[in-house]
Amino acid sequence: MIDVAIIDYQMSNLHSVQTACCIVGLSSIITSDCKQIMNAKSAILPGVGAFGEAMKKLQISKLDDCIASFIESGRPFVGICLGLQLLFESSEEFGDHKGLAIIKGTVKKLAYSKDGLLRYPVPHAGWNRIRRKNNWDKTLLRQNTPGDFMYFLHSYYVQPEDPKIVRATTVYGQKEYCSALQQNNIFAAQFHPEKSGQIGMRIYQTLKTNLAKSLFL
Amino acid sequence: MKYIRIIPRLDIKGPNLVKGIHLEGLRVLGKPESFARLYYEQGADEIIYQDTVASLYQRNNLTEIVTRTAENIFIPITVGGGIRSLSDISEILRSGADKVSINTAAIANPNFINQASQSFGSSTIVVAVETIKQSDGRYLAFTDNGREYTGVEVMSWVREVQERGAGEILLTSIDQEGTGNGFDIDLIKLVSDVATIPIVAHGGAGTISHIVDSIQLTGVDAVALASILHYTAINQDTISQKQFKDEGNIEFIKKRHSFKMFGTENIKMIKNQLTDSKIPIRVPY
Repeated sequence: MIDVAIIDYQMSNLHSVQTACCIVGLSSIITSDCKQIMNAKSAILPGVGAFGEAMKKLQISKLDDCIASFIESGRPFVGICLGLQLLFESSEEFGDHKGLAIIKGTVKKLAYSKDGLLRYPVPHAGWNRIRRKNNWDKTLLRQNTPGDFMYFLHSYYVQPEDPKIVRATTVYGQKEYCSALQQNNIFAAQFHPEKSGQIGMRIYQTLKTNLAKSLFL
Repeated sequence: MKYIRIIPRLDIKGPNLVKGIHLEGLRVLGKPESFARLYYEQGADEIIYQDTVASLYQRNNLTEIVTRTAENIFIPITVGGGIRSLSDISEILRSGADKVSINTAAIANPNFINQASQSFGSSTIVVAVETIKQSDGRYLAFTDNGREYTGVEVMSWVREVQERGAGEILLTSIDQEGTGNGFDIDLIKLVSDVATIPIVAHGGAGTISHIVDSIQLTGVDAVALASILHYTAINQDTISQKQFKDEGNIEFIKKRHSFKMFGTENIKMIKNQLTDSKIPIRVPY
């Protein structure tokens, strides 16, 4: 049984996610075949791209239903960047779009701000710290440290309805937003763990540990 | 908080890392992947690969180098040079890049920026603006790695590319590039005053105080560094001087010259000094 199905919807940089899996010793397959996804121990929905375009591709390939079934099965599911945002009900990106509606809440645009010479441009591109919210013990963040630097590349942020699912926040300009969450068997992050050096790689190592122990969280 | 990014820029010609002055007179310095790996270990925040002759030959040869690099370094990689279509972008992203940078194709067909950002998301699309200051003080954009005059005025072009959905501007002063004489602070300030997207300043860094100035005197988000890092790196043990392909101008590296103007700074030293100057920076060690 393959450890990780990396869900391919023809848009993402899947290579770096697969490399990260490989480095920590997780077997993985890049696939858009629902059978293969359902047969894996865990699934990752990665994320480069535009929300509307991504939803269209998920719907055409019926991966939207597949993702819902996989999450239903209770196995670990990881969303990264756009893969986090797609789980929500709707997004403002390039006009209003409906999402997978697995997590209650919406996706909103970051606002540009400026204070003298100090600009907070959008997209938010670069390294930023994650703050701990709620408990990390049963999440993929449990081997990380509050204040760790992660790599962000996004213009939109998620606003979950339920504050209890928020596990990390990040501050950019005046805005503090949810940068990682855990809802039952779903862990999802706005940042890119596979692009965050050795610190980000810990999240993949934790996934590996969980799968080895058959932990679902 | 905003943390300023330090981004090594690696210009590629064929299989080799090269470096010129004013984007011309390219010297072979070695094997790009080895430099990228060294910079990753020293704490680079991202890497830029630029295929210097791709527009000239209408091709981008970088995919194999990008794939090999992405297997060894876990920070974002931006790839530019010769990208003309959505399928080119798709191919580069699939090979392991996280962002693509476009110059020549964007100026030839500005609508390409809209198409690219709508298909791949704004944050993936970097527009490279390479400029030469004119005698009347205006900055004009050039394409094809500084070879082609376009007549496009930089400030209006910056406004246009951001309206069309570009996610970042890689701003090169061709006048300063490769000289080590310092950044064109006026240029960076003018552009960062009007831009609401991130600006990466490139061209001219010769000392750490040049880097400090560019950050403290402008609204820049990242600095791209080349000579100041490469001419130090070529003297490191991990960068074998034999690691280059026999193609292009290899005289410099064969004779094991050093370049007097550069050769002492590395990323760790730069980051330490930025921290001392109270500039927020990611320090991974």
